[in-house]
Amino acid sequence: MTKAMTGARMVVQALKDQGVEVVFGYPGGAVLPIYDEIFQQNDIRHILVRHEQGAIHMAEGYARSTGKVGVALVTSGPGATNAVTGLTDALMDSIPLVVLSGQVPTFMIGTDGFQEADTVGITRPCTKHNWLVKDTAKLAETIHQAFHVARSGRPGPVLIDIPKDVQFATSDYTPIPKARVDHYQPRVKGDIDAITRMVEMLETAERPLFYTGGGVINSGTAASQLLCEFVEATGFPITSTLMGLGAYPASGKHWLGMLGMHGLYEANLAMHGCDLMLNIGARFDDRITGRIADFSPRSAKVHVDIDPSSINKVIRVDLGIIGDVGHVLEDALRIWKARGRKVNKEGLAKWWKQIKEWQAVKCLGYTGSDKVIKPQYALERLEALTKGMDRYITTEVGQHQMWAAQFLGFEGPNRWMTSGGLGTMGYGLPASIGVQVAHPEALVINVAGEASWLMNMQEMGTAMQFRTPVKQFILNNERLGMVRQWQELLHGERYSSSWSESLPDFVKLAEAFGCKGIKCSDPKDLDDAIMEMLRYDGPVIFDCLVEKHENCFPMIPSGKPHNEMLMGNADTQGAIKAAGAVLV
Amino acid sequence: MSALNIKKGSTSHSAYDLRDPNAQGIVSHTLAVIVENEPGVLARVIGLFSGRGYNIDSLTVAEVDHTGHRSRITIVTSGTPAVIDQIEKQLGRLVSVYAVHDLTAEGPSVQRELALIKVAGKGEARIEALRLAEIFRAHVVDSTLESFVFEMTGTPEKIDSFAELMRPLGLRELARTGVAALSRGA
Ligand SMILES: Cc1ncc(C[n+]2csc(CCOP(=O)(O)OP(=O)(O)O)c2C)c(N)n1
Ligand SMILES: [Mg+2]
Repeated sequence: MTKAMTGARMVVQALKDQGVEVVFGYPGGAVLPIYDEIFQQNDIRHILVRHEQGAIHMAEGYARSTGKVGVALVTSGPGATNAVTGLTDALMDSIPLVVLSGQVPTFMIGTDGFQEADTVGITRPCTKHNWLVKDTAKLAETIHQAFHVARSGRPGPVLIDIPKDVQFATSDYTPIPKARVDHYQPRVKGDIDAITRMVEMLETAERPLFYTGGGVINSGTAASQLLCEFVEATGFPITSTLMGLGAYPASGKHWLGMLGMHGLYEANLAMHGCDLMLNIGARFDDRITGRIADFSPRSAKVHVDIDPSSINKVIRVDLGIIGDVGHVLEDALRIWKARGRKVNKEGLAKWWKQIKEWQAVKCLGYTGSDKVIKPQYALERLEALTKGMDRYITTEVGQHQMWAAQFLGFEGPNRWMTSGGLGTMGYGLPASIGVQVAHPEALVINVAGEASWLMNMQEMGTAMQFRTPVKQFILNNERLGMVRQWQELLHGERYSSSWSESLPDFVKLAEAFGCKGIKCSDPKDLDDAIMEMLRYDGPVIFDCLVEKHENCFPMIPSGKPHNEMLMGNADTQGAIKAAGAVLV
Repeated sequence: MSALNIKKGSTSHSAYDLRDPNAQGIVSHTLAVIVENEPGVLARVIGLFSGRGYNIDSLTVAEVDHTGHRSRITIVTSGTPAVIDQIEKQLGRLVSVYAVHDLTAEGPSVQRELALIKVAGKGEARIEALRLAEIFRAHVVDSTLESFVFEMTGTPEKIDSFAELMRPLGLRELARTGVAALSRGA
C-alpha cells in the first residue's frame, strides 16, 4: 500500500523506515520543509551542530562506533560546501554516511540563485555516489537506494540533493521492499579455490604475518571474532593499520602493535621480514608501505578486500581474494580446520624467537621527566586510569594521534575513531560527540592536539546543549607538533609557522562554554587531574601542558623502507637529506 | 635475517624516491563501459579519469537501450598494463556502471570512427582530392565549386592518413566522432 505525502515528510518517513534514530544537522532556507517535519515528530532525534563539518564528523563517529549508517542534514550552498571535508574524510576511511542537502527549487537550478551551489558536481569526487532528486515520486526510493549503497560493498558516504520544490510537492511513498537496489550488489563471498590456495600457503609458511586494516572493522564484529579465532588457532603474529586497531585485542599475545610510519619496530620489521603476508582488509597505504620497491621484499602476498580496485593498486600481490573479510575468514577457517589445522611449527617457533628479540628493543621507550609532562607519559596514565572502562577514543591529527595509537590499547572493534586516510584536523571533537550520542553511558575521550582542537571547537556548544559528557584531553605542546617534527628532520629546524600563537586559556574557554576546565602541567598532579576529569559528569576540556619539542618515534621517513626506521633523537642526525620535499 | 639490521644514523641514499614506479611500456586499450543513462554519469566517468590522472585518447557515448536507459561509452585509453587494470577496476566501482569490457584484452574487435573532412581548392588539387577520396571510399556529402565535404568511416588510423593526404590539397576543417567498437564474433 502506498501513501501520498510531501517530499519533506517522505524524507522523515524513509529515515524512520531505515531505522535512523539520530540526524546531525543544521537548518537553512533550502531545508526548512524537512525541519518542519522533524519538528512534528519524536522518533528521530536531531542534534543541532555548530558547523556542518561538525555534523559530518559526528555522523562518522556515530557510524564508526555502532556499525550503523550515520546521517546528516545540511542546507544548500554554504551548508553543502561545509560538508565537503567530512565527506572526503568518510570516503577515504570507508565510513557509511547518508547526507541530505537542500537545493534551490528545480526551476531555479542554473540561475545562480541565492545559496545555489552545484552540490552534486562538487561532491561527485568525494562521495561514493550522489543523486539530485528532481521528482518527488522518486525521492523515497532514492533515499532507500542511498542507504543500500552507503552500507553495501566497501562502505562510504553518499549524498542526496533535494530541491525545495521537491520537498513541498506530494507523491506516493515508496516503501523499502519496493525500492530497486538490484543493480548494485557487490560480491561478498570470496572465491573458494583462491581461499583454499591461501590456506595452503599459510600451512607451510615459516614467517607468516597477519596485516589487518579498517576492512575488518567495517565487516562487522563477527569478522573481528573470526580474525581473533584464526590468529589464536594458527599462532601467527598480527599487526594492523591505524584504521584496524581493536579488531584483534591489544592484550592478545600475538599482537605486535600498529605498523607503518609511526608503527612499532617489531611490527615493521616483521612486515619487512615475513615470508607470507596475509593482508586482511587493508589497502597498502603509503603510510604503511614506505618505499614500494623495498616493501616486504621476501614475502608471498595475499590480499583480501571487498573492493577489487584495492587489489594490485599499489602493491602487486600473489593472490587476490575479492570478498567481504568476514565471509572470507569464515571460509578460510573452515577449510583450514578441515585440512587438519596445519602450520609450520618449527618455522613459527623460530619466527617468534626473532620477533621476541625485536620486541625486547622496547621501541616506545622515551626519556621520562619529573618536571614536565611527557605526552607519552600522559597517555600511559590515561590508559592505566581508564583500563577496563567502557571506553571510546577519538583523536585529532598530529603527533598526539600517533602517540594515542601507540600507547592506548584497544580490546575490541569500533572503539577507536580517528581520521586515517585524509588526516583531518578538527575531526576528533565532533566525532567524540557523535560517539557519545550513540553510547550515552560510555566514557568518550578525544585525545587532541591544541591546534587541531581549535579547528572545530565551536562544537563544545553542541556538547553542552545535548549533554554529551565528552572529555577533551588536549596534549598541548603549543606547537603544530607533527609539522614541527618534519621541519626539524627535513627542513633544517626552520620552524616556519608551526607555533600555536595566541592560544586561548582553555580553562576560561571551558567556563565560557559552561563546562569544566582542568589544567595540568606537573607530572605529579597528572593522575589526580585525570581522575577529576573522569569523575566529572559533563564535558571537560583538559589542558595538559606537555613537553614542547618531543618527537614521535619510531618513524619511517617518507619513501624509506621499513628497516630504515628512526628510533629516537640520536638516530635523526643527518638521517634525512632535504633532497626536495616532494613526498608528504 | 641479517639484512633486517636497522641502520643507525645517516643513510647513503636520498630520503625521497623520485623514480616513476609506472615507467614501463605504455599500451593502448579500448574499453566499452555500459552505464545507467542518468544525469551526471558521463561526468562521473570523465571525473574519474581526470581525478586519477588517466588518459582519454577518444571517447564516445550514446544511449543504446532506450527502454533500459543504458548507454555505451567507448573509451580509448593508454597507460601501463597496471594502470589499464586499475582503470577497469575503478570504472567497475562506479555505482552507475553495469559492466566494463576491455575490448583489446577480450579478443579481436572492430573499431570504427566517422569523420567529416572539408577540403577547399581549385584545379589539379581539387581533382586529386576527389581521386584520393575515391580510393579511401570517402563520400562527398557537400560540394561547392571551390570545396568538398567528405564523409568517411574507418579505423582512426585510416582517417589519420586520409587527413594527412588532404592537408597539402587544402584541408580546412576536420570533425571526428571518436571510436565506436564491438568485439568480433557472436
Ligand atoms: C585540516 C588540516 N590542515 C593541516 C593539516 C596538516 N597538519 C598535520 S598535523 C598538523 C599539526 C597538528 O597540531 P596539533 O593538533 O597541535 O597536534 P600535535 O602534532 O602538536 O600533537 C598539521 C598542521 C592537517 N592534517 N589537517
Ligand atoms: Mg600541538
